[in-house]
Amino acid sequence: MTLLVAVFAAIISTIIWYKGSDKDMQIGTLCLIYWGASIMWFVDFIFEYAELGAEYFTPAPADMLNDFYLGISVVALGLLIWLVILLIKDPKGTVKAALLRQR
Amino acid sequence: MACFLVPAAEAVVTTIANKVMKSKEAKEASVNIENVHEEGHSVESKIKFTTKLGWLNKLLWGGSALLAFEHLWHGEVVPFFPFLTAVQEGQEATTEMLSEMGTVGVTMALAVTAIWGGMVAVSSVISKRKAKETNESEA
Repeated sequence: MTLLVAVFAAIISTIIWYKGSDKDMQIGTLCLIYWGASIMWFVDFIFEYAELGAEYFTPAPADMLNDFYLGISVVALGLLIWLVILLIKDPKGTVKAALLRQR
Repeated sequence: MACFLVPAAEAVVTTIANKVMKSKEAKEASVNIENVHEEGHSVESKIKFTTKLGWLNKLLWGGSALLAFEHLWHGEVVPFFPFLTAVQEGQEATTEMLSEMGTVGVTMALAVTAIWGGMVAVSSVISKRKAKETNESEA
């Protein structure tokens, strides 16, 4: 479930990037964050599938809910990391302008 | 258990390599600045290797960070020393953790690097094709 949520986040961010959103928004970075995690979880899935077999696809409802909750939290963390990078790099100079205005 | 540590270690190496290469590129750019002006068009159409290495850095750091959070969620990583619960649990758990790092962790790092290699190959083909088209239209 966590893998699925991460893959959906990666696909959505890639579509936004492909649609040619503002390059200053660093959407490419967000895509790479989610794709990196998706690839790693996919490898994890392969190893777990090799161990559990078809049982992997029939998790207990409580586990599924927990994994979904984890997936959503991971997406939020990815967005948070992207936001911090965006504010630090400040490609549009908005943060700098706001700080200078306050002085 | 701690599989994310392998791609994270690779990320540290690639980040250092990227910094070193960037400083070399900056030096070369300042030396060859006249050539850059003369061949500005072809230089701009080619993506720098440091930019490509930056993609790998983002894939590795992003993935490792999100996986570290997952390990924290499952209680496999704790925010205090020794940080890895497997180390606290004794020799057997530590051996299991190291084995997982050697299998799952190494495969994760290799998979990310292989996919990045594919991205680099595709971007090289696209930029070569673009350069060829430009040369043909100029001729």
